Amino acid sequence: MKQKLDQITSTCIPIAIDNCNTDLIIPARYLSSTTRDPKFFGDAFMHDLRYTTDGQPIKDFVMNQTEYKEAPHEGVHEIIVAGENWGSGSSREHAAWAIAGYGVRVVISSSFADIHRNNLLNCFVLPVVVSPAFQQELFASISADPQTQVRVDLPTQTVTNLATGKAEHFDINNYKKYCLMNGLDDIDFLLKNIGTLPPAPPLQGGE
Amino acid sequence: MGKTLFDKIWDAHVVQNIPDGPTQLYIDRLYCHEVTSPQAFDTLRDKGIGVLRPQQIFAMPDHNTPSTSDAPLPVGAKQMEALKKNCAEFGIKHFDMGTKDNGIIHVVGPEKGLSLPGMTIVCGDSHTSTHGAVGALAMGIGTSEVAQVLASQCILQQKPKTMRINVEGQLPKGTTPKDVALYIMAQLTTSGATGYAVEYAGSAIRSMSMEGRLTLSNLSIEMGSRAGLIAPDEITFAYLKGREYAPKGEAWDKAVEGWKQLYSDADAVFDKEITFQAEDIAPRITYGTNPGEGIAIDERIPDSPPALPIREGVITSTTEENGSTRKDSAPSLIGRAGGESALSYMGFSSGQRLLGIPVDYVFLGACTNGRIEDFRAFASVVKGRKKAANVVAWLVPGSWAVRQQIIDEGIDKILEDAGFELRLPSCSACLAMNADKVPAGKLCISTSNRNFVGRQGPGARTILASPLTVAAAAVTGVITDPRTIVM
Repeated sequence: MKQKLDQITSTCIPIAIDNCNTDLIIPARYLSSTTRDPKFFGDAFMHDLRYTTDGQPIKDFVMNQTEYKEAPHEGVHEIIVAGENWGSGSSREHAAWAIAGYGVRVVISSSFADIHRNNLLNCFVLPVVVSPAFQQELFASISADPQTQVRVDLPTQTVTNLATGKAEHFDINNYKKYCLMNGLDDIDFLLKNIGTLPPAPPLQGGE
Repeated sequence: MGKTLFDKIWDAHVVQNIPDGPTQLYIDRLYCHEVTSPQAFDTLRDKGIGVLRPQQIFAMPDHNTPSTSDAPLPVGAKQMEALKKNCAEFGIKHFDMGTKDNGIIHVVGPEKGLSLPGMTIVCGDSHTSTHGAVGALAMGIGTSEVAQVLASQCILQQKPKTMRINVEGQLPKGTTPKDVALYIMAQLTTSGATGYAVEYAGSAIRSMSMEGRLTLSNLSIEMGSRAGLIAPDEITFAYLKGREYAPKGEAWDKAVEGWKQLYSDADAVFDKEITFQAEDIAPRITYGTNPGEGIAIDERIPDSPPALPIREGVITSTTEENGSTRKDSAPSLIGRAGGESALSYMGFSSGQRLLGIPVDYVFLGACTNGRIEDFRAFASVVKGRKKAANVVAWLVPGSWAVRQQIIDEGIDKILEDAGFELRLPSCSACLAMNADKVPAGKLCISTSNRNFVGRQGPGARTILASPLTVAAAAVTGVITDPRTIVM
């Protein structure tokens, strides 16, 4: 899970759904696991859009199409280009586990829901916010050529559409950037830099 | 410059601001449930660390708990066992399934006086915004963040922007806090408050009951805001006084003095401020597949419904709609249920009125509307009437305390006489993790919080509404304006 992230150059899976909520990313019935097994959650990623109720792949869905169905590995499908307001709804981190478990390292969108965005970062998947125009052009490039590559460079905070050469700067705070580049999580930081906490209040009632 | 309510609570909990990074925020209260906590406890074990302040943490199973005594062991039974075991191991108070203390966290927290004004409250559940109604900063978090709080009683967060939503005037008869929330969402859309912490204010909010405020704050996340705060006032104090975990005696008086400072100063400036008029808000229903896609109950579905997932570019099919050709990625994406869009999934069409449409299921409950006032409202409609024959009704109290009060007030008798059965406390059909799943294609009118594709069961269709509107459908069997029954 703690995978260092520096520069990714890869083809993309376009998931052009606006307001794609975390119930779609992983339906509630897949939340019953007590582990973070990447295979279990990766298999459940976008499950109900990928499969019919009797488990048959839905051919029309983008992840089942010939150009996009190859499972992510180095340089291939490590990036999702998503519709706006990606990850709205439920706080389930299982959605981020599903994305990471499937093998995706970066999600690019024009906007993310707040809780899901934090969850992605905590699972070492980089959320990249781009302008709607840049996002639209990415969709167009990928549609024209599914082999279109995108480069995401974390040190310089730059995302480049290699089909057109257009690049955009993206925001991330230095702290989280350092964590991602070095594979460190927030607990490691908090335990080392606990600071001065207020005293614990006495417990009222309940006994 | 004055401070907002949000700023007052945030500032009082800052441990440190990390340069060019997030804020380390102290957390007063962490709630844990069975679905989003097992992996967090495993993180502690993996790192060989303990829980820093277990006395500030409370846990209870709610998502998987069965709503009937004869229900088979839920798939989540393993999670409920894990929660119990983890709480025992780390010394955390656990309100076990089937005991009088148990219920949905967002119902139990305020009900027991565990959620108090001025607190920072987090839980691995997006509807944690509920607790903001008592004047707390309450936010949903992910499992990694649950582990952070277990380990350090702190969380690393970027400070959100602030938004104040004012609702002025008196709500019309038949309009409930649920309708207010559905109305605001329809104006702002499902992402209109992303990046903001919302404060609700104005005379319509001030005159709302505590339970009504909890409903409103609950739904903040459905417009993208993680937090929905309401300044505490005499209504808040009267609600909390005497609750099991609320301060007692002198400590109570001292606490109230402090809580009275929790309001946005007159000269406080919000990043965004919006005002609505209460008189404009009628009973609401949703017609689409996100909570922002809603209308007044007697309105027509808009001609060009908003927020359909349309993108140029990644196209697999072309559809004709309203005479114009458009390229639409939605058909292949959402289309499994047979449609090309949110409306097709729902089986509705542009310009259609939904009054008179038959419903198959009604659901009263959830952290949104599973409190005693919601059951009183439902009972006020069904009293002296009969459940419609075509309807399956699931009435699920939000907690065992609510269930007991329903019985103590004789509401269970009213429900029984009308042909309804009271079930056991659970999140139940709100997210269908237990056995309460709406079958594919069936239409459910629900007091819950999300009408997402498949939320109440694979292929299930959901209309969100208030307890009054759900009750009206329960006795007529069709979508019915509650004002035609109640008044």
